[in-house]
Amino acid sequence: MTARVAVAMSGGVDSSVAAAILKRKGLDVVGLTMRLWGSSRPENSKRCCGDRDLADARAVAGHLDIPFYVLDFQEEFQREVVRPFALAYLQGRTPSPCILCNREVKFGRLQSLAEQLGATFLATGHYARVDREGEGERVRLRRGIDSGKDQSYFLFNLDQRQLRSLMLPIGDRTKAEVRRLAEEWELPVAAKEESQDLCFVSEGGYRAVIDQVVPGAGGKCGEIVDSGGRVLGTHDGIERFTVGQRRGLGISTEEPMYVISLQPERNRVVVGLRRETRRSGLVAEGVNWISFSRPPDSIEVTAKIRSRHPGAAARVRGGEGDRVHVEFREPQTGIAPGQAVVFYDGEEVLGGGWIRSSC
Amino acid sequence: MKRIYLDNNATTPQAPEVTEAMRPFFEEHFANPASTHREGQKVRHRLEAARARVAELIEASPEEIVFTSGGTESINLAILGAARKRPDGHIVTTAIEHAAGLEAVRRFEEEGGTATYVRSRSSGDIDPQAVIDAIRPDTVLVSVMHSNNETGVLQPIEPLARECNRRTILFHTDAAQSCGKISISVRETPVDLVSLAAHKFYGPKGVGALYIRKGIDLLPQMFGGGQQGSRRSGTEATALAVGMGRACELARSAPGSYLERIAPLRDRLERGLVAAYPGATVNGSNALRLPNTSSVRFPGIRGEEMVISLDLQGIAVSPGAACSSGAHRPSHVLIGMGLGADLARSSVRFSLGLYSLPEEIDRVLQVIPEITAGLRGMGNRMSTAAGKEGDRA
Repeated sequence: MTARVAVAMSGGVDSSVAAAILKRKGLDVVGLTMRLWGSSRPENSKRCCGDRDLADARAVAGHLDIPFYVLDFQEEFQREVVRPFALAYLQGRTPSPCILCNREVKFGRLQSLAEQLGATFLATGHYARVDREGEGERVRLRRGIDSGKDQSYFLFNLDQRQLRSLMLPIGDRTKAEVRRLAEEWELPVAAKEESQDLCFVSEGGYRAVIDQVVPGAGGKCGEIVDSGGRVLGTHDGIERFTVGQRRGLGISTEEPMYVISLQPERNRVVVGLRRETRRSGLVAEGVNWISFSRPPDSIEVTAKIRSRHPGAAARVRGGEGDRVHVEFREPQTGIAPGQAVVFYDGEEVLGGGWIRSSC
Repeated sequence: MKRIYLDNNATTPQAPEVTEAMRPFFEEHFANPASTHREGQKVRHRLEAARARVAELIEASPEEIVFTSGGTESINLAILGAARKRPDGHIVTTAIEHAAGLEAVRRFEEEGGTATYVRSRSSGDIDPQAVIDAIRPDTVLVSVMHSNNETGVLQPIEPLARECNRRTILFHTDAAQSCGKISISVRETPVDLVSLAAHKFYGPKGVGALYIRKGIDLLPQMFGGGQQGSRRSGTEATALAVGMGRACELARSAPGSYLERIAPLRDRLERGLVAAYPGATVNGSNALRLPNTSSVRFPGIRGEEMVISLDLQGIAVSPGAACSSGAHRPSHVLIGMGLGADLARSSVRFSLGLYSLPEEIDRVLQVIPEITAGLRGMGNRMSTAAGKEGDRA
C-alpha cells in the first residue's frame, strides 16, 4: 500500500505545488484546508485563507484528483492564536502568531487528525528542509534552499515527533522554480499573488482584533518617557508600540527617537536615541532544541531575533529550566519581548525560544 | 474497494429507470411544450403525463401541481407567494425548518412582515399546540416541515393542517425529505401547499414541484411567458419534469419498500453504533422518524472529522445538512433540541436509501470502533496540550 500523506493546503502557490509534487511521486495524497476565521469579511487578495483561498485549494485538489476536506478550526484558532496575540500586545509584547499557529493548530490538531486519517506524514508548503538522514537519531531542520524565502524561523518550535512525520516538498526549491512548476503543471493558482499580511487581521488593523478579544482594554492613555524618566509626551495605548519602532511616536525631538522598552505595569512607553535601542543580550524562555536531546551548556550560534533579521553571531548559555541567555557579539537593535529568537548553525536550525527580555 | 453511500438525505442516486425515461427528451423530444406544432404537442402530452404522475403520488389533481427548479424554489414560491399578498402579515413557522424555509421567512420579515419561529421539543418534534398558540389575527401562513432533514423526525402535520383549515389560514409543508419515503395524501390531510424535490427520491436534481390546493391563488414569484397557468413562468424543463414523474411512479409502485426493507437495516445500524461507542445516542429517538435516517451523536468527537475518516474508508455520510462553505456551525436543529454546541457538533447523519445493502451496514459497524477510538483519543490529547501552552504568546 502506498503511504498516505496529508497536505495542508492554503490555496496558495507553495502548498499547491507541494501537493502536486507528492501526487506525482505516486503517494496517496489527501488535501486538508483549515478554516481559521469567519467568512463574512471582505475579500482581500493579500491575506491568506479567505473564501477565495478555500475555493482555490479546492480547485487545485480537484485538478490533482485528490480527496480534499475543509476543517473548521475557528475555535482553536481564536483560543490558541488570536487571543494570545491580543493579550501579548496589551502586555507590551510583540507576538508571533504564525509560530503559535504552526505549533498549536497546524502541527497540533491538524497533524493529530492527519494521523487519525491514516496519514504517515503531514506535508506543508514551507520553505525549509527536514533531514531524517543525518547522524544520530534526531530529525534535523534546515533552512530552505531559497535564502530569500526561507521560513525555517517559523518552525523552531516543533518537537521530534512532529518533525519525524513532517514533509516539506518545496524546501529544496526556489520560489521561481515553484512558480514555474505551478505553470508547467497548469495548477489553477499558478498566477496567484503572494499573501503577505496576517490572515486574521483585516482592514481595521490589529487594534481591531485586540478590541474584539478584550473589548475596551486597548487605547489607555499613558506617558512617553525617556530612559531617565523624563516625560516627553503621551500615547494612546501601549499596544500600538513595538520595541525598535520610530514612526508614530507623536513627539518632537532634535534627534529621531525609538521605542526602547514598554512598561505595561506603568502603562509607559520608554523611548531613546538609536544607540539606546542597542542591547548586548537577551533572555529567552520556552526554549525548544531540535538538534540536541540535552540542552547544551554553552554554544556559539547565529541568532535571528525576528523573521526578517539577517542573524547575528551570539553565544547561548543554559539558564534555569527552559530559559537561556543569549549574548550577541555585536549589540542588536529591536529585541522585542514576545518575538521568537531562533538559533542556527549555518543551514541548520538548532532550536529557539521566546524573547522574555533584553539586557 | 466499492464505496458505500449513506447520505441519501443529501441526495439519492438517480434510478436507471428515471435516466431511461429522460433520455428521449435530450434527443427527439426537444421541442417546447408550449409550441403549436406536432413536435410541441408530443412533448406537451408527456409533460402533462409527468405532472399527473406527481399528482398521483400525493393524491392530488394534475392542475394542482406546478413544476419548479427544486425544493428551494417550491418553498420560496409557497411562502413568499402566500405571504407577500399581505406584506404586513404574520407567518408562523418553526426553528427547525430547512434553510430554504427559514431564509424565505426572514426575507418576508425584512420586507416588513413579522414571523414567529416555534422551537422544537427536546425529542425533535414540534408541539402542535405551540404552533396553534402562535397564530394571531394577522397570521397569513403557517409553514411546518413534514419531516426534518437532519434527524428524520416527523412533524405533527395532520392536526396542524386541520386546525389551519378550520381557521382558513394557509398551511404549507416542506415535504422534500418525506416524499417518496412515506405516504403523503393531500386528500386525507387538508394541507394547502406542499413542496417536493425530485432528487431526494431517485429523480433528477434541478426539478421539484409545488402542490397548490385548488382555489388558492399565490402571488407568482417568477414573471414571464405565463407558463403553468402563470403560476411559474418559464419554459418547463421537460426532461427533468419527466424524470420526476417517473420517480413518483416508481415510489408509488413500491410503497412499502422503506418501511419493510430499509427501516430494519437502519435500526440494526443504530443498535450497532450505540453499542460501539460509549455515550453514543440517537438524536430524536423518542419521536416518530423517517425509516431511513439516523442522526447519532458521539460525545467527544467532532462529527465532521468522523465524516472525513469514514470517507477515506470508503463510506459517504454527512455531519448534518450538506454544507458548502466549510464552516461547521453547530446544527440549528440539534441546538434547538437542547443539545449544547459540543454535542451538536459531535453528530453524524447516516441516511440509507433503497439501494442500501445489509453488507454495507456490516462494513460500517466494522470500521466504527477503530475510527471513534482514534478520534476520541485525539480530542483528549488536544485539550491537555492546550491547557499547558495556554499562557504563552
